[in-house]
Amino acid sequence: MMHWNSVSDFFAMGGYAIYVWPSFGLTLGAMVLEVWLLRRRANKADVA
Amino acid sequence: MGLFGINWYRYAAPQAFYPLAGKMIPWFAAIAVTLGISGLYISLCIAPTDFQQGEVYRIIFVHVPAAWMSMFIYLVMAGWAGIGLALNARLSFMMAQALAPTGAMFTLLALVTGSLWGRPTWGTWWVWDARLTSELILLFLYIGFMALQSAIEDPRRADRAGAVLALVGVVNVPIIYFSVEWWNTLHQGASIGLTRAPAMAAPMLWGVLLMALAFWAYTIVVALMRVRCVIAERAREAHWLNEMREST
Amino acid sequence: MKARHKRLAFIAVGLIALGVATALVLDAFRSNLVFFYTPTQVANGEAPQGGRFRIGGLVEPGSLKRAANSLEVRFVVTDTAKRVEVVYSGVLPDLFKEGGGTVVQGRLAADGSFHADQVLAKHDENYMPPEAAEALKQARRVQTTVEVE
Repeated sequence: MMHWNSVSDFFAMGGYAIYVWPSFGLTLGAMVLEVWLLRRRANKADVA
Repeated sequence: MGLFGINWYRYAAPQAFYPLAGKMIPWFAAIAVTLGISGLYISLCIAPTDFQQGEVYRIIFVHVPAAWMSMFIYLVMAGWAGIGLALNARLSFMMAQALAPTGAMFTLLALVTGSLWGRPTWGTWWVWDARLTSELILLFLYIGFMALQSAIEDPRRADRAGAVLALVGVVNVPIIYFSVEWWNTLHQGASIGLTRAPAMAAPMLWGVLLMALAFWAYTIVVALMRVRCVIAERAREAHWLNEMREST
Repeated sequence: MKARHKRLAFIAVGLIALGVATALVLDAFRSNLVFFYTPTQVANGEAPQGGRFRIGGLVEPGSLKRAANSLEVRFVVTDTAKRVEVVYSGVLPDLFKEGGGTVVQGRLAADGSFHADQVLAKHDENYMPPEAAEALKQARRVQTTVEVE
């Protein structure tokens, strides 16, 4: 089932690591950042 | 009497929604995380390589869901804005306002991941073809909506101005979606559509669909979080204004 | 009051900048609705004369020739009806291959060849593992043999 033969194959992404990993990293990073910013805003806004 | 009714409608509805939204957030967060982890596992570990592009095609698993969400969120946002204008419902305007930043984020992600995909496959980071250009216009529409809303001090007028802009911009969404069919573009046609069988092997298709559903659940979570912030901030502002009026 | 004016001015400048950017992008959109011309359109004289434009089509199989001591490549772009010979000096994108889609940007020379300064690869919307692609190819081969018989 698993597509990769080794961990280093996985990280190399067939030589396209510099394109694939930033795509996934930026997407995940943006989502985490948005949730973090919203939690901060909620703490500030919450009157209760 | 009538005034009393309108006031109740305007302030109580968002305040009733506030705790409900708070109860919904953990459920959708759990769905988003579960779908996201399984989607990532299929995308990065199970899905086979592509016969033309090799491993770089895996960018599809974040690029396509982000691009779908960028258009879908805009339609939902414009829908709330339209309901807000038609029914004069404050909560609808607040929902539109809560969706905009997340829509802008997904638009930017679709553009950036597309660029990271275009460089190795097409041979360029960017071209001014109809698909890429109309997606960039979508980003400007989101930014314009947010800027307009924050530029107008009176929240009621800000809501209405923003809603009109959001509704006018809707015309751009079908342009983005059908640009690859209507015009010559460098961007390829859609692989997954409602009217025909997907041009994609099954595990690849599952990866895209799971990631799209995860993004969808994520969007509900952040939109609810943001609408709670907007409700609380506006309530506090109204409270503060009332106090000021009473003291003078 | 002063801080508020500052904020309003800031937002006004932002909105104007956004408006200008949108206008520029809309102009790019309008002028690139025809992102590329097909070799047939070029043969019919529908492409802009004298200026830079793009041609899109398939790289004719067997037409790709690389110069021995430079980066210069020559290949033929075809839409199966008409063909245009392209001369290009530079690195070709990973997905560029004979039989695959391409979009080239440049000018027509007097001899009818197209001098490209940019070569892009255009791929299709099909995604499948190599084994499936191979099986599909075999199936097509069988089908054509059957049809020929």
